[in-house]
Amino acid sequence: MLLELDNVTLHYGRIQALHGISLHVDEGEVVALIGANGAGKSTTMRAISGLRPVSGGRIRFAGADITNLRADLRTVRGICQSPEGRGIFPGMTVRENLDMGAYSRRDTAEIAKDLERVLTLFPRLRERIRQPGGTLSGGEQQMLAVGRALMSRPKLLLLDEPSMGLAPMLIQQIFSIITEINEQGTTVLVVEQNAQQALSRAHRAYVMETGHIVKEGPGRALLTDPAVKEAYLGVA
Amino acid sequence: MSAVTDLWHRVTGFFNQSKPARIGLIVVFVAFLYVLPNREFYEYLNIPGVWIPLYTTGNDMAFVLFTCTWTILLALGLNVVVGYAGLLDLGFFGFFAVGAYTVALMTSPESKLITEYNWFESPYPWLVTVPIAIALALLSGVLLGWPSLRVRGDYLAIVTLGFAEVIRIIAKNQDWILNGDRGIPQVGHPPGTWPDGTPIFQFDAKPYYWLALTMVIVAVFLIRNLVRSRVGRAWVAIREDEDAAELMGVPTFRFKLWAFAIGAAVGGISGSLWAGYNNFVNSATFSVENSILVLAAVLLGGAGNQAGAILGGFLVVYVPEWLRSVGDVFGWPKTVRVFDINLDVSPTSLRYAFFGVLLIVVMIFRPQGLWPNRRRAAEFKDRRQAVVVGEGVG
Amino acid sequence: MHFDDLVNGFPNLTTTGLTQGAIYALIALGYTLVYGVLRLINFAHSEVFMFGTFGAMWTWGWLGFGSTSGRPGLGTAIMLIALGLVVAAVVSGATAVVVELVAYRPLRRRNAPPLAFLITAIGASFVLMELMGAATGRIQFGMPPLLPSNPVINVGGWRITPLQLATFVVALVVMFALDTFVQKTRFGRGIRAVAQDANTAALMGVNKGKVIALVFLLGGLLAGVAAVFHNMKTGNTRFNVGFLIGLKAFAAAVLGGIGNLRGALVGGLLLGLVESYGSALFGSNWTNVIAFVVLVVLLMFRPTGLLGESLGRARA
Repeated sequence: MLLELDNVTLHYGRIQALHGISLHVDEGEVVALIGANGAGKSTTMRAISGLRPVSGGRIRFAGADITNLRADLRTVRGICQSPEGRGIFPGMTVRENLDMGAYSRRDTAEIAKDLERVLTLFPRLRERIRQPGGTLSGGEQQMLAVGRALMSRPKLLLLDEPSMGLAPMLIQQIFSIITEINEQGTTVLVVEQNAQQALSRAHRAYVMETGHIVKEGPGRALLTDPAVKEAYLGVA
Repeated sequence: MSAVTDLWHRVTGFFNQSKPARIGLIVVFVAFLYVLPNREFYEYLNIPGVWIPLYTTGNDMAFVLFTCTWTILLALGLNVVVGYAGLLDLGFFGFFAVGAYTVALMTSPESKLITEYNWFESPYPWLVTVPIAIALALLSGVLLGWPSLRVRGDYLAIVTLGFAEVIRIIAKNQDWILNGDRGIPQVGHPPGTWPDGTPIFQFDAKPYYWLALTMVIVAVFLIRNLVRSRVGRAWVAIREDEDAAELMGVPTFRFKLWAFAIGAAVGGISGSLWAGYNNFVNSATFSVENSILVLAAVLLGGAGNQAGAILGGFLVVYVPEWLRSVGDVFGWPKTVRVFDINLDVSPTSLRYAFFGVLLIVVMIFRPQGLWPNRRRAAEFKDRRQAVVVGEGVG
Repeated sequence: MHFDDLVNGFPNLTTTGLTQGAIYALIALGYTLVYGVLRLINFAHSEVFMFGTFGAMWTWGWLGFGSTSGRPGLGTAIMLIALGLVVAAVVSGATAVVVELVAYRPLRRRNAPPLAFLITAIGASFVLMELMGAATGRIQFGMPPLLPSNPVINVGGWRITPLQLATFVVALVVMFALDTFVQKTRFGRGIRAVAQDANTAALMGVNKGKVIALVFLLGGLLAGVAAVFHNMKTGNTRFNVGFLIGLKAFAAAVLGGIGNLRGALVGGLLLGLVESYGSALFGSNWTNVIAFVVLVVLLMFRPTGLLGESLGRARA
């Protein structure tokens, strides 16, 4: 098991956002986390990446307990998150943003290789390499966010709403790239509202509702699950 | 530490619950305060066997108490600005100075308004000038607030600090009216005579203390009523989330200006009292240290709570004076020689450094102050829970 | 209004204004760096500067150069200045880092509101100032004369003294080095990342605490450099020397756009010039008022400063 959440709870002030989340991600998997707005998906991501402290439970990564580890040290250990809302540094060029992804790495030669790989994956970024991140379009920013996360050569890539605000064409493209990244050997945990896409690409998936995990199973199986269909796929 | 705070909570809890007990206590306490400056009384309080005196030997007790009361008045005024409206004003002492100068200029026979400019022929009595002093302090609050309340909160601190400094420089440099360092002597006293014909208000601090104490009580009641009205609720809304308040239709700018003006007016009263007692006003009256001291008083006591502001105002004046007395008893040295340098370690000299440390410590460990407003304490508690992993404590 | 003074003294007023402005700019950078990353006005920065002035003075005194000594030869003077710069920078840098660790870090760990930071900053400023005051008896100390006062450049009314030249050259070199550091190095990128989006920076593996300490250190180093030139320019220092100059440097930082490194340079030089011309126009008594008038007017009409705010970020 690469990542394991064991009965994790989390509070925002006096409001409890996560009620004992337990989930795991194995090496080489694409795991999707789906659910409606406010179900706690992004909060779960924040707990994993360390942006919010949990109030109970344990988080283990690659065999070590990281429950109370600082966020930047989790990145050093190999968890990299492409945050909700993309988190592009607007005042930095595309190149500088990508360099930020490799901030904790010192292997210059390998970084150059990964840069080439990311630019091959996202040719648009190569065209805009000198442009400030803030001037990119939404789709380009999403590519930059994913590319930047890849630059840290993560063991586990966390993607928070990669399809948010994108045109259908681009959503297809982003998910194809996620599959491609996964085939190149990166484990992926993706949070999505676009359940159709997420479930058809994921090996396994968890369904969240109001801070609980209510269902889990293989992606394809959940895709045909009547309850999931009704609630998240918009078909009766 | 926790035992002390626990006891404190129990005592305050009891008085919070029982209204007659609270009123009774307040009446007794106020009576006690009026009797306090009598030498027979405070020396009597110094219970035989307890050899650390409650009173201060370095200065006349009535004088120390008067200093406490005008500082408390300032703290009450600043509390409206900082505690209720959540605006950081670092130049608050400027309003004190406006009050003091107004009284001095109008009541002193040596005022240039009389001797050079012939604005009026003879000095006005003290009592007449006080409303004018309050009005001018209020006006200067509005004038300062008008441009500076539009800027972001953290800039406000700098603008007010800069403003206070500009006023000080003007008072120091220019000779037309304020006389620079030479100042204005022979400031008028409040009216009234004892039955034997001698004036009540002259150089004895005791009647000034009584007058200032009365002013404090009046100010507390007026501000209390204001805070419980629509204005007070608007202030809370501004303090907690100014943008949201604006969206809900609260005219934030107008209410911030109100807070500024009311605070300034209370500061002006304090200044006019002080000028009457001190009999002399010059540019040394302004100093940034004093503004910070008043701020320390409000925050130490508990911003947003008038009792806290009173406690704070009392502590910042009384404690250094008292330490000086105790220091004399223990033989605390005035200076220490280190490497051929005489370090001035008297409580008076170290007082500001000490209050600086206190500000830091209070903000870190008890940001709501010693006697907090419950609502504000809750605001701090909520924030403490929202920290990033590995950066928070406990 | 003395227009004649302004016209006749124009070259001289310009050079003194630019020299003073360079000193403002060096200090302003400290405010701007910290503000850019933490959105905090580091009030204690004025005291960081003040500690630098004493660090340099004590170093010179320790080497036997006090206010009563004669002027040393040029070689010795340059050595003394260089040594003063190093010591002052170290003293100021260390002071700044200590302030961050003792006063601000505990508040960040508790997620205190901005007002609490500001108040702590004022507290820290007072502690530093008053401790130095108690330690030095609150008196003014003179500086040894180091550089000759006859001009090195004298072309048609434009006279530039060695000190003015040195101040300007060193300030520009230091600021160029800082700009390169922030723009080109990995640490510099880390600083900009935290300034633009602290949470995402953490997700990229940036240690926020380290970056913040670094920012305080950098600001302190620059304040130390400014302190040495201030010492030589005014020929004295005292425990409260930082208050006024700190306020003005902050005004300069706001003038250029706080958080904007190049803005600090522009703001500093501009404020130096305005002050210099203004004091000729209105009389030197009013020099200190000019900076605040500029600050208030600016905040009213263009609160983001001349070059806009922040370390390369457009703020909403």
